[in-house]
Amino acid sequence: MSAEKVTQLSQTKRMFGELSFGPQDVKLYGQYTYGIAGERFFREIKDNGRIMGTRCQKCQLVYLPPRIYCERCFAELKEWVEVEGKGRVHSYTAVHVDLDGNRLNEPILMAIVEFPGIYGGFVHKLGEIEPRDVRIGLKVEVVLKREEEREGSILDIEYFKPGMFD
Amino acid sequence: MALDSCGMTLDGIDCVVMGTAPDAFDMIHMKGENLIDGAGAWRKPYMRGFVGGGTGVFVVDQGWYHVASGLFDTCLVVAEEKMSSCLPHPQGAFITIWDQFTESPLGPSLLWMFAMEMTRYMHVHGITEREIAMVSVKNKKNAMDHPAAQLPAEITVEDVLNSEVMAWPVKRLDVSPSSDGAVALVLAAEPAAKRITDKPVWIEGVGWCLDTFYIGHRDLYYPRYVEYAARQAYEMAGINEPSKEIDIAEPYDPFDYKELHNAEGLLLCGKGEAPKLLADGVTQRTGRQPWCPSGGALGVGNAIAATGTMKVAELFWQLRGEAGKRQVPGKPRRGVAQAWGDELQVGTVIVVGI
Amino acid sequence: MRNEVGELPGVPLTEKDVLHKKVLSTEWDPKLKWAWDTGIGYGRYLNELKKGRIVGSKCNKCKRVLLPARAFCELCFRQVDEWVHLKDTGTVNTFSIAYTDWVARRIKEPRIPAMIEIDGSGGVAILHLLGAVDPKQVRVGLRVKAVWKPESQREGAITDILHWLPMGEG
Repeated sequence: MSAEKVTQLSQTKRMFGELSFGPQDVKLYGQYTYGIAGERFFREIKDNGRIMGTRCQKCQLVYLPPRIYCERCFAELKEWVEVEGKGRVHSYTAVHVDLDGNRLNEPILMAIVEFPGIYGGFVHKLGEIEPRDVRIGLKVEVVLKREEEREGSILDIEYFKPGMFD
Repeated sequence: MALDSCGMTLDGIDCVVMGTAPDAFDMIHMKGENLIDGAGAWRKPYMRGFVGGGTGVFVVDQGWYHVASGLFDTCLVVAEEKMSSCLPHPQGAFITIWDQFTESPLGPSLLWMFAMEMTRYMHVHGITEREIAMVSVKNKKNAMDHPAAQLPAEITVEDVLNSEVMAWPVKRLDVSPSSDGAVALVLAAEPAAKRITDKPVWIEGVGWCLDTFYIGHRDLYYPRYVEYAARQAYEMAGINEPSKEIDIAEPYDPFDYKELHNAEGLLLCGKGEAPKLLADGVTQRTGRQPWCPSGGALGVGNAIAATGTMKVAELFWQLRGEAGKRQVPGKPRRGVAQAWGDELQVGTVIVVGI
Repeated sequence: MRNEVGELPGVPLTEKDVLHKKVLSTEWDPKLKWAWDTGIGYGRYLNELKKGRIVGSKCNKCKRVLLPARAFCELCFRQVDEWVHLKDTGTVNTFSIAYTDWVARRIKEPRIPAMIEIDGSGGVAILHLLGAVDPKQVRVGLRVKAVWKPESQREGAITDILHWLPMGEG
């Protein structure tokens, strides 16, 4: 027996699979609870429209999203501080294709948003702005969904929009 | 807690080794990266090793060679598993581990495979379900004294035999639960260890081995790969007669028969002889060679990649005389812990002593 | 130094806590699919199943028959030498009677997975299912024969064998 050289996918015998078994069967899915810090973080957004972080006294850091312990010194973090939803674009991109590689009609603007004096930030969408107007350092502020629409998810933040502040 | 217990902080840790098993449980691929901050590995040399259920002891073996190589003075070993995210049941995650051409289309579950191994083990040696059930009774009772135990219980052999059949001969009480859990250990080179504590527990031997992936080419009645791994560890530790020179054993017990099966692979007795030691009380906490005094995966829980590490932690406490209500009498001086997994094909072993 | 495990951090959660939204959670339902190429050895193995035949490969160095057929011998780490046709009969090496499915749901009619040593392979077993057999009759050593799908329905997959039945009773 010698090795056969295959140059085209169509020459191969292929089998297909996904995270299920049998056509009518159940599918696997993941469900994640948020943990102690995440639970409070998302409840604060949902119920109070506030973005909160946790502070490590020793390392002088405010974590966003919050943690229950400091990842640098392992201290337990009990001090919660409100983070004003006004930050800057750390970096950004305009996404023209979806996860399967299909072209989108309108590009989606995604950014990393950082906040002054805060360790961390968000990866989130930008809104109310044209792609050509986005730049690094742009001032942006958070836009939350209306309270009755919020369900305790990162999508309770609708997007970040250009902000006017010092 | 591991750092607190030896009066250290992260500043004193040179590297971190992480153990966590199938990504499919979390549906977070590259979850070693996801877990880096929680493991205290921020901006430190970090690696994740993975041999399925064998990971818990493998990760300590890995930590050992990070330190023994001379590259690092201290190593934080962290192992975790979170199975509760995978729905409708984490069992389903295993549909992705079988041979996708010749096994997965049949819809296998892990239970099938274990059950067939148990059938083969019983058949070859003429062992009964009743004899095996005693492991579950012993381990769940031992776990009554473990503060982190998930399923501690006082049950009888009849309870095990009468519990619902999952995949014959495996019944509900023959098998460990799905668990979320984590364990951490601090490893240190000899000079550093002596600075940290006046009661060090030394890693005397490590070993690991994998058998072929092709399940049809293994005889399931005996875990030969566990024997190879054990021989590697024993040779390093200078152990000639493990049945006499080991004071405590923590063989991997995700199912009750596995404790016996693995103990035979660890050469703690001859092939097919483990049930007799169990019946004679030798492996009870007060016996001549206790097996799973922690309560094991059956009693403490089976957070896959963390389970073997829990067993190493148990040996640490036992050898230092700090196991509280679980303390094995007679000042034990040497123990072996073992984990097992992948596709019923890996053995990971560690020998520790004082 | 602290002796025993001290207070254990953590919050126990039950399924109900999540179901009744006592705690927040998020879900992910993966839509990913995969396509696997069989390669030479498995390609031949599966194509032969479509023809109603079981084929192994043979390594002339260690004299082993490899099943499922593959292109290399993992023991000698060399390319295999030939294909060998095997019978569609065998002996049950071990088995289970499974009352739970792949996601641990209870099922009423048990499935009976078995490792079946294929005749002519020198004792190499493949994973498959026993068919409509009284669970009480199943034992290690049982002689079984493959029941194939009708030829028109075969697709070159392990499921081209429907199941195995005890010989003389099929």
